[in-house]
Amino acid sequence: MIELVRNVRLWFAPQEVRKEGGTPDYRFSLANERTFLAWLRTALALIGGGFAVDQFLPDLRWGWRVGLALALLGAGVLCSLRAVNHWIRCEQAMRRGEDLPVSRFPTVLSIAVAIVAVAMVVVVLVGWEG
Amino acid sequence: MTEPIRERDPGLQPERTRLAWRRTTLSSTVAAVLAAKTALHGGRSPAGVLACAVCCALWMGFLAIAHRRIRVLAASGPEGPPALTPRHATAATLCTVALAVCAVALVF
Repeated sequence: MIELVRNVRLWFAPQEVRKEGGTPDYRFSLANERTFLAWLRTALALIGGGFAVDQFLPDLRWGWRVGLALALLGAGVLCSLRAVNHWIRCEQAMRRGEDLPVSRFPTVLSIAVAIVAVAMVVVVLVGWEG
Repeated sequence: MTEPIRERDPGLQPERTRLAWRRTTLSSTVAAVLAAKTALHGGRSPAGVLACAVCCALWMGFLAIAHRRIRVLAASGPEGPPALTPRHATAATLCTVALAVCAVALVF
């Protein structure tokens, strides 16, 4: 938790990242940046999915519709915040020459998306009539 | 023999990164269009128009961030472009989060 707070401070302080370690090969930094952007696209897709559930399933019961939309939007927010946090942790690890950080997040996100998908199937089969 | 001058990265890393930014702006455009559709769905109420304007502003902000980074990448010399700064990455993330917050407000 303390580390998370420290990382949040780093998000806004570029000079502090440069304080330690050496600059890695620029290609590694660019690869890290592309990974960050890929996660950001995932986040935007989840947010778009939240809008789409709200807009294109008008016959759904209110609770289901709002619940699914909020689940997707929440996943989008988590995904984008995690994207920047993981990017900065990778950047620091590369500067210090350490191993890249491991993460449980991809598993959690996969399970969450699977749950939403199953919920959609149930909604389509059972709860379509509002 | 003088040392070889690297004119272009054979892995095209800056170009690939530039295209990754482009793809991301495309994703944000799709999200912004869906946001505008949601905001203006129930007629043109003042709240809906305001939400639409906020979403459009966030989209423009994201485009500006991407544009700045793309220009840096395009202007880089043989030593490679400078790394993305945390402030830049955080700004892109905050645009995304703000769009999601708008979405939550619109869904309710």
